[in-house]
Amino acid sequence: MSNPTTTTAPPPVQMLNVQVDGVWHQFPKGTRVIEACSQAGAYVPRYCYHPKLSSPGNCRMCLIEMGMPKMGADRKPEMGPDGKPVINWIPRPQISCAQDVAEGMGLRTDSPMVQECRKGVMEFLLINHPLDCTICDQAGECRLQEFSVEYGQDSSRFLEEKVHKPKHVDLGPRITLDDERCILCSRCIRFTKEIAHDDALGFVDRGSYSTLTAHKGVPFDNNYSLNTVDICPVGALTSNDFRFKMRVWFLKETKSICTSCGTGCNTVVGSRQDVMYRQTPRENNEVNSVWMCDYGRLNFHFLHDEKRLTNPQVRLADHTMSEVDWKDALSRAVGQLRSFKGEEIAIIASARMTNEELYLTRRLADALKCTLMDVVPRQGEGDDILLSADRNPNTAGARLLGVAAATPGAKLREIIEGVNAKRIHALVCLGEDAAEQGATAEALHDLPCLVTTSILPNGTTAASTVVLPGSGFAEKRGSMINVKGRLQRLNRAINAPGNARDDWEILRDLILGLTGSNGLYMVEDLFRAMANDVKEFAGLSLSKIGDLGVQIIQEEEKKAVPTDVEETRTGTLPTPP
Amino acid sequence: MAITIQRPNLTLKEKMYFPAILGGLATTIRHAFRMLTGKTHVAMQYPEEKWDSHLPAYYRGAPALVKDEHGRERCVACQLCEFICPPRAIKITPGEIPEGDKFRKVEKYPEAFDIDMIRCIYCGLCEEVCPEAAIFLQKDYAITGESRGEMVHHKEKLYELGGLKTGLVHKWNDKK
Repeated sequence: MSNPTTTTAPPPVQMLNVQVDGVWHQFPKGTRVIEACSQAGAYVPRYCYHPKLSSPGNCRMCLIEMGMPKMGADRKPEMGPDGKPVINWIPRPQISCAQDVAEGMGLRTDSPMVQECRKGVMEFLLINHPLDCTICDQAGECRLQEFSVEYGQDSSRFLEEKVHKPKHVDLGPRITLDDERCILCSRCIRFTKEIAHDDALGFVDRGSYSTLTAHKGVPFDNNYSLNTVDICPVGALTSNDFRFKMRVWFLKETKSICTSCGTGCNTVVGSRQDVMYRQTPRENNEVNSVWMCDYGRLNFHFLHDEKRLTNPQVRLADHTMSEVDWKDALSRAVGQLRSFKGEEIAIIASARMTNEELYLTRRLADALKCTLMDVVPRQGEGDDILLSADRNPNTAGARLLGVAAATPGAKLREIIEGVNAKRIHALVCLGEDAAEQGATAEALHDLPCLVTTSILPNGTTAASTVVLPGSGFAEKRGSMINVKGRLQRLNRAINAPGNARDDWEILRDLILGLTGSNGLYMVEDLFRAMANDVKEFAGLSLSKIGDLGVQIIQEEEKKAVPTDVEETRTGTLPTPP
Repeated sequence: MAITIQRPNLTLKEKMYFPAILGGLATTIRHAFRMLTGKTHVAMQYPEEKWDSHLPAYYRGAPALVKDEHGRERCVACQLCEFICPPRAIKITPGEIPEGDKFRKVEKYPEAFDIDMIRCIYCGLCEEVCPEAAIFLQKDYAITGESRGEMVHHKEKLYELGGLKTGLVHKWNDKK
């Protein structure tokens, strides 16, 4: 007998011959009819069907004509003059979302009967639907609007009074429901039951009075609730955070990744004129399927905090902070750092920095001959859906590039104690708050050299000798490695406010001041330099990473992060569960 | 190729100039006389006199927002005019009509509605695209200001210009 653990090649997938709109195609066994039609170039409109959810087949929008081969008396398909099976068409339309393709199947997606079906379904769906597209947030990305234009009719024949249902329903802390707009597709119900494992939603009442509602007294507040807003084909479920903020057709869409935990869900950032309005998940079946958690999704408002640092600052002799230009601030930082020996210097970096920034941090440490360097670990409670216990997006990168200790955070205690005991005289604090990690305000204030980069003021920037304003996650380009070792790309959606700069440029200029050369002008140059030095990145470039990322570390990431450090994050956000 | 121009052959009367000058003077004096007796209009005395009564019905002046006979601001901040505006003169900040308001059913209203009249080209696309019949081009053409800031019409100014418009369709009724 063969060993059951030996890996064998998967059995070849059986290919089935299917006729779509008169043309014979081949599809692997198990393909949904609706997907087969899409693959053959005949898109079938749908509301309730979602590729990641079960198919209840209740919207009836995907009705098409189907047929099976005509069987002869010998139970073999009868062949036509073209050598292909003759198809016996089923006289009534069938839904295409709940059936797999079969050998010899015939599909008609654009026959007069199908067109008539779609028109009829659209008319029924619009009978009780309010005509409030002007105020509806879904307008512009609304399936009902789109299919009404494509398959519906130009006016309504309905003269009676519409059924009225609840409006402005607080479905949960982050979602407002308008039941009149709901077309009862049940995607949200299936999502929350099947994916979020929180069976909180359901329909009550019957017929045209069917109403979507949450369980009485049970708030719909799971950490994945906002995905229901994404999959809602109409404007019934709206996000309180995005509601009435901006029409979707104004939003510039930038593919990026979420930086709120180690999972690195793929996202689309929606922004307009340097203001980020929302981020929505983007399909990547290797990382996040098509979902993301509410905690990560809403964790971006700190980018538009009115306290954002917009100009470099230096501390004057009378201990007040003064805004200076970049040249002054950088030369002062370099001058201060240069006067210390390597063992007097420590660097606190951040596992929220990109690989490019971490690589430059490493080079900065080499230029300073500094060996005391670590990142701040962040642990929270993870779940088995998407949220990772590691709330740093790039711990793997920090470890790979030698900035984090083998156990990230292991050297942090030593650095903080060194600062408090005044053994360390120069501290470089990159995007982190040493004060929050236990350094006393007095000790930080007494440091003759404290160079910080940050986007928001904190205890450390208040005590710094030089403050260099950096960029937030939506304001820069770069790469990060998620907990599963996948290298993914961040893209710039908006510009940093005021004179704030890309963090890699700040680090580049510091190194330039200390060593006098590096030849890095663009973030692409930087990645190339990094790819030459680090074997995991060999052969890659920022553009080769692509939108879906590249797996560069194969083995499972060990969760070797101490748990005594509290989870911290800037800005206002819902508390993760 | 050179073009030869035939010079006119002047008569003696034309060569003497004086008859022509006298003729011109006669015309001027005739006009002066007709003016004094009020028989001709020469120029409109702008700005003491205005164009307003002479403007055609289709004249496109400054855009303005209107309220209907119920006192409801018609604009629901759908931002279609902001989208269509060719010189990007319109900027809208949408907001939610608070609970308890008479027009809560409408849900959305413009928290701020600015039209930069330096940018506006009076094309009228905003009026054409508006699904709520809330913005109309008025007949105001003398838009002046001493600074760029003054040339931006805020919401208050736009309602002041537009005023109340009756006879519009009330689509936010109970049957909606």
